[in-house]
Amino acid sequence: MSKKVYVARSPRIAARMLGEEMLVMSAQGSTLFTLNPTATVLWQAADGATPLDEIVESRICSEFEVKPEEAMRDAEALAADLAKHGILLISEEPIPSKSPVQEQHRP
Amino acid sequence: MPELALQVERYSAVIVIGDVAIRVNTRDSSFLDLLQQRYSGFVSAESGAEFEFDVELVEPTFADPDAEVNVSHHSGRWLMERADFRAEWNPAERSGVIHQKANPYSMDAVLRIVHTLVLAKQGGFLLHSASAIRNGKAFLFAGVSGAGKTTISGLAPGDVTLLTDEISYLRKHDEGYVAYGTPFTGELARLGENTSAPVAALYLLTKGPENRIEPVAVTDAARGLLGNVLFFAEDPKLVHRVFQTACDFVHRVPVYRLTFMPDARVWEMIQ
Repeated sequence: MSKKVYVARSPRIAARMLGEEMLVMSAQGSTLFTLNPTATVLWQAADGATPLDEIVESRICSEFEVKPEEAMRDAEALAADLAKHGILLISEEPIPSKSPVQEQHRP
Repeated sequence: MPELALQVERYSAVIVIGDVAIRVNTRDSSFLDLLQQRYSGFVSAESGAEFEFDVELVEPTFADPDAEVNVSHHSGRWLMERADFRAEWNPAERSGVIHQKANPYSMDAVLRIVHTLVLAKQGGFLLHSASAIRNGKAFLFAGVSGAGKTTISGLAPGDVTLLTDEISYLRKHDEGYVAYGTPFTGELARLGENTSAPVAALYLLTKGPENRIEPVAVTDAARGLLGNVLFFAEDPKLVHRVFQTACDFVHRVPVYRLTFMPDARVWEMIQ
């Protein structure tokens, strides 16, 4: 049985939904990223407590009509990519919430 | 034998940018003259200031003024360093010290950093853009070096008041944003006027074969704006504030892409 993987939003970033895109800025070098719709769903669901496979099953598969195996593969790659840029934290244990930077939404 | 006492003369100038007064103290009268000349129009006769810096002049070194700035926060104090200066600032005590050579570039850099930190908390930011007032409204022209900030500033007709050709000073006020003049100059080397006006529009500059104004989608506007915001500190809370302010700005201020030829007729479209 494979280990659970947990993902959490990094506390060192700021994010905001603008139009239909999620803009994310990293405190490191004030680097700016735009998340695509799949990355946005993953980002929004990354609470540190829900395992990645549950996020894929409950959010990504239903929203994007994609097969679970394929979605899981893509989500793992995406999470690794986001982690590489310091946007997401990945752990095999639940990640306690300590985010001082709360996401805000505007119309 | 009487005790020897050495009294060192101290000279001060209060530099007011964006309604924020910063007093600079020095023991060198020629450096004070240099500051008063450099920030002419932004030096106040008032004695009150929100923050105060003592300047300790150091011997010149072969420092590169274009080197990267390092800004960090330790135990309530901001440390600002570049090859040509080292400064410490304690916002709670409203005071700091700057070790620098006797040139205006280092002081410029310190003032910019301090103002970015002050503005971040006030819902404002410094923007790599020219800005100017026409008909009581401020217009911003943002872009990287070579985008045309100096060109469009130089083409401004006589009824336009130039606030800066390089770095704009913006702060939220009521439901909108206000642009203030700055002494931070670009290639035009002309100080902005020390005045302010509500911001009517932000133009993202592109040089092209014709003069054209096009609306910009909100995400592109935010990207274009954030790409030109000056911010030096890698402090998550302040970066968050600046980011949220920029996102708020693009919801309140119309943002356009301005393609223009180096021709004064472009100003017919800026009203």
